[in-house]
Amino acid sequence: MDKVITLPLDENTVDALKAGDRVRLSGVIYTARDAAHQRMLEELEEGKELPIPIKGATIYYAGPCPAKPGEVIGSVGPTTSGRMDAYAPTLMDLGLTAMIGKGDRSGEVTAAMIRNKAVYFGAVGGAGVLLKKAVIASEVVAYPDLGAEAIRKLVVEDFPAIVVIDATGNNLYETEVKKYEKSLEDGQWE
Amino acid sequence: MKIHVDEIKEQVRKGFLRINCRLGPDVEQALEKAQTTEVSPIGIGVMGDILENMKLAAGSQSPICQDTGMAVVFLRIGQDVRLTGGGLNEAIHQGVREAYQEGYFRNSIVEDPLRRKNTGDNTPAVIHTELTEGNDVEMILTAKGFGSENMSGLRMLKPSAGRQGVIDFVVDVVRQAGPNACPPFFVGVGIGGTMEMSAILAKKALVRNAGEPNADPYYHQMEEELLERLNGLGIGPMGLGGANTVLSVQVETYPTHIAGLPVAVNMCCHVNRHEKIVIKGEEDRG
Repeated sequence: MDKVITLPLDENTVDALKAGDRVRLSGVIYTARDAAHQRMLEELEEGKELPIPIKGATIYYAGPCPAKPGEVIGSVGPTTSGRMDAYAPTLMDLGLTAMIGKGDRSGEVTAAMIRNKAVYFGAVGGAGVLLKKAVIASEVVAYPDLGAEAIRKLVVEDFPAIVVIDATGNNLYETEVKKYEKSLEDGQWE
Repeated sequence: MKIHVDEIKEQVRKGFLRINCRLGPDVEQALEKAQTTEVSPIGIGVMGDILENMKLAAGSQSPICQDTGMAVVFLRIGQDVRLTGGGLNEAIHQGVREAYQEGYFRNSIVEDPLRRKNTGDNTPAVIHTELTEGNDVEMILTAKGFGSENMSGLRMLKPSAGRQGVIDFVVDVVRQAGPNACPPFFVGVGIGGTMEMSAILAKKALVRNAGEPNADPYYHQMEEELLERLNGLGIGPMGLGGANTVLSVQVETYPTHIAGLPVAVNMCCHVNRHEKIVIKGEEDRG
């Protein structure tokens, strides 16, 4: 059974989310990937405000295809989260509560998640059309010059994801893979 | 025999419009088989999402994945063909430009690797050209996504490392790719030649039809052994654990130097987009 979650996340919801939960997210998420993160962190260093309200926010690591006429957005699957690891702890210390992407995170990111009670959702990589269907509104809110990499405010409804790392640091990439690893010696499922 | 470059441009345009929205039957079959053999409950769910996405994309002419890739074209030009009407490379770039605009595909190419300004039309393509015998032009198109490209690897092994050294390196690269490169994977392995040739062989291996065995039984056996080893890693669909880490392993080889053993591993996610197109030359009376 999927858990139905309304964004922004509050502390009780974050506490209740456990690695392995399948969720359907509804509410506002912001897209940002490499170039947008780099620019946000540069601007913070210059003493500027972030272009999005970061407290309680959910960032989706994604750069969509252009929308066809009549469409809200083009295909919009997750990009590899690890490339944002250098920036994520700073954003979580400022209030970022959830991230959506694919792939493993660094120890620094997990530590910042535990420290700030944040959650990391995985979306199915490559499933750009399936995920596009969950987006009901989209607008560029910062860095339009970055094109696909601009920051977009998306309103989503029943966006499918899986809790991959929860706010206590449980990590599916570590726990699940071990269950299916075969040892070379006995050739058996462990 | 002659071929007008506009014909090549047009086939490139149509080809990229097709492969970004609809997977070939070889890839579709490999994905469907994976769903039936998956043992992890999370993995079964992920495979269901992948298959549903594939059908939605084909049905709506939408890109399967938002990373519509860097356009790569393998050309084999028959030496009896005369190309007319303009530059060959520019015709290919133009075909890519038109396909990416017409298909509402994402433009993912930057004009300089460090200064990183987007070219705005997904050009240039990467073009590998080979001269061969005959009257035709053969093209293999692939739209290579970089989630997986980034996790590829190349190593110059010592000849003493042998077959086992190659296997260990491939396993190492796939283990490192883990959940980042959108498993289940297609794995292309290039062995031999020179440094750069092993990398090109690895990509050629990826654009072979999935499951089409290496013609040499020695290397086919190695493909099978690698497939078993890699699926034993337990990485599974999306790296969330399971029996399907790799859908197919394909090896290509070339003679090499007595002192070396180059090995390249080109990773590809489950969205392995490729298509072969043959253009026949017309009689040239000019």
